[in-house]
Amino acid sequence: MTAPLHDTSVDAEKSTTAGAAAPAGTPVQGRSLRQIAWTRLKRDKLALAGGVVVLLLVIVAIFAPLIVSLLGHPPNEFHQDKIDPLFGTPAGSFGGISSEHLLGVEPNNGRDVFSRIVYGARISLLVAFLAAVVAVFIGTVLGIVAGYFGGWVDSAISRVMDMLLAFPQLLFIISLVSVLPNNLLGMTGSNVRIAILVGVIGFFGWPYVGRIVRGQTLSLREKEYVEAARSLGAGRRYVLFKELLPNLVAPITVYATLMIPTNILTEAALSFLGAGVRPPTASWGQMLSTAVDTYESNPTFMIVPGVAIFITVLAFNLFGDGVRDALDPKGTR
Amino acid sequence: MLAYVIRRLFAVAMMLLVVTLTTFVIFFVLPKWAGSDPAYLFAGKQTDPAAIEGIRQKLGLADPVLVQFWNFVQGLIVGREYTNGADVTNCPAPCFGYSFRTEQDVWPQLTEAIPVTLSLAAGACLLWVVGGVAAGVVSALRRGTLWDRAAMTVALAGVSLPIYFTGLLSLAVFSYQLDWVGGEYAPLEEDFAQWFQTLVLPWITLAFLYAAMYARLTRATMLEVMGEDYIRTARAKGLTERVVIGRHAMRSTWTPVLTLLGLDIGALLGGAVLTESTYNLPGLGRLAIDSIGTKDLPVILGVTLVAALFICVANLLVDLLYAVIDPRVRIG
Repeated sequence: MTAPLHDTSVDAEKSTTAGAAAPAGTPVQGRSLRQIAWTRLKRDKLALAGGVVVLLLVIVAIFAPLIVSLLGHPPNEFHQDKIDPLFGTPAGSFGGISSEHLLGVEPNNGRDVFSRIVYGARISLLVAFLAAVVAVFIGTVLGIVAGYFGGWVDSAISRVMDMLLAFPQLLFIISLVSVLPNNLLGMTGSNVRIAILVGVIGFFGWPYVGRIVRGQTLSLREKEYVEAARSLGAGRRYVLFKELLPNLVAPITVYATLMIPTNILTEAALSFLGAGVRPPTASWGQMLSTAVDTYESNPTFMIVPGVAIFITVLAFNLFGDGVRDALDPKGTR
Repeated sequence: MLAYVIRRLFAVAMMLLVVTLTTFVIFFVLPKWAGSDPAYLFAGKQTDPAAIEGIRQKLGLADPVLVQFWNFVQGLIVGREYTNGADVTNCPAPCFGYSFRTEQDVWPQLTEAIPVTLSLAAGACLLWVVGGVAAGVVSALRRGTLWDRAAMTVALAGVSLPIYFTGLLSLAVFSYQLDWVGGEYAPLEEDFAQWFQTLVLPWITLAFLYAAMYARLTRATMLEVMGEDYIRTARAKGLTERVVIGRHAMRSTWTPVLTLLGLDIGALLGGAVLTESTYNLPGLGRLAIDSIGTKDLPVILGVTLVAALFICVANLLVDLLYAVIDPRVRIG
């Protein structure tokens, strides 16, 4: 989206920003990339809406125990009285939705769907966010190293990235999760699974970041300001961290925001296939896989976690798209 | 050109070696490191020490990992025999191993699953490329109109929907409520109607998901291309808009679409895991999931290798096609 076909928006932006930055009498102030991006982002209504939903979801995830104690029941509490004893389906219409159970109850054991969705948000966001951090960290370090040093270092890192990208990732992650033990490095229970998920999703994600960072570094290291720093006697470390890294922040931010929704989908897929966090810990993908057995008679229980995944991923995508457009120096929106 | 292809084929072979080695490490080194014995994984519910020892002997699990790896690679090329005293199982080339769960060679299981996955991928791919590219082009040409916004919103929604959710929804509506399609998968050559019936829903849901990405990509590229000088030149020559877009602009649009297509087709052939488990299709992905569930290493290894092979070949084909599509690309 970099074609300057209709430059009116850019022109409009220039004129409004010029007007805003230079009220009568005061000198014109330069604005940082962050300020420009923020002004653009504020004008993108869809992205803002996405951002608000993301913020709400984060709040829900953090305050899950509080919200559940106010509006639901503990996520692992059974309510056999809400279940039709004959069919095992929730009593009442629409999966047992009532003022007491806002999103109905689970078939067979009657656990409160609302509180399981709220707790599921925790797992989803936590895994997706931490995995993105892992991927961005490894990808940035190795990408800069490959791009800056070049030569055999670059070839080696690039080969590894190519190879990882050609791996059948989902298959690998599932097999890996299935053989790893339940106790690892002093962690037990669902913490182990969370750590494993973060590790493998992040590990398979870093080549995408690495490729982008490498490409950017390759072009940036030839820039005059880097040469200037070098000729002034700047050390390797200074050039890498003070000259190159700040200029890589924008592409890395964009990629990280757009990586989170992908990670959410991956986590949900793994849980759906039984390779995610273990029951009774609630996760959205796992709820969907439980719903596979009963969706014909009780579609509500399938629709609720599905819509939860959809809304979350969509919100992150909208927000990420907005951030990308806002940070793109050639952007016309 | 030939040198290039040979070099790339060599890289593919290397890649497959690495994938095999990694899978070996996952299933033999990791469990040992975590304190369990791979022979127990194969034995399943059996706990009789003699039976486990038998499995260990027959599969050669007592050998060092590198020896096992070498035997496996050799088996792929010339076939091999599994022996434990009088108990001999012959496995002709290409020997992907011998499944202890089903007491069958892996290769026939793979050849049975591959056509299912191929049918799924081919049909869906056709739908999504046509649909996605068309929607993207129209959106780019009518940028900012209601159509553009609607198409891009639908596309964004499509990217955000998990296949196992849309899949279940489509099954609930079209298979359960309306009873239009459904039933067990049947091979194409045996029963065309049944084949089509079981695949049409997965095709459409998969295509919807992927078309979204292609529409967004095509739109972005198209917008960029329409600003190029050669488009202005083409218009200045007096070519009709149809030729300008169809011949000149579209040609550049195909390059990124093809890149993505290579990645997607490879990934889909190797692991339509989610689609196949949602729609209960007996393809490679289902085979993988089932065998991971029973820790049936030879089958998992086989599927992973075939998957990696598909991914590599798809990428190679795409790189070769670049030269055909984009006159600026020279391969050498």
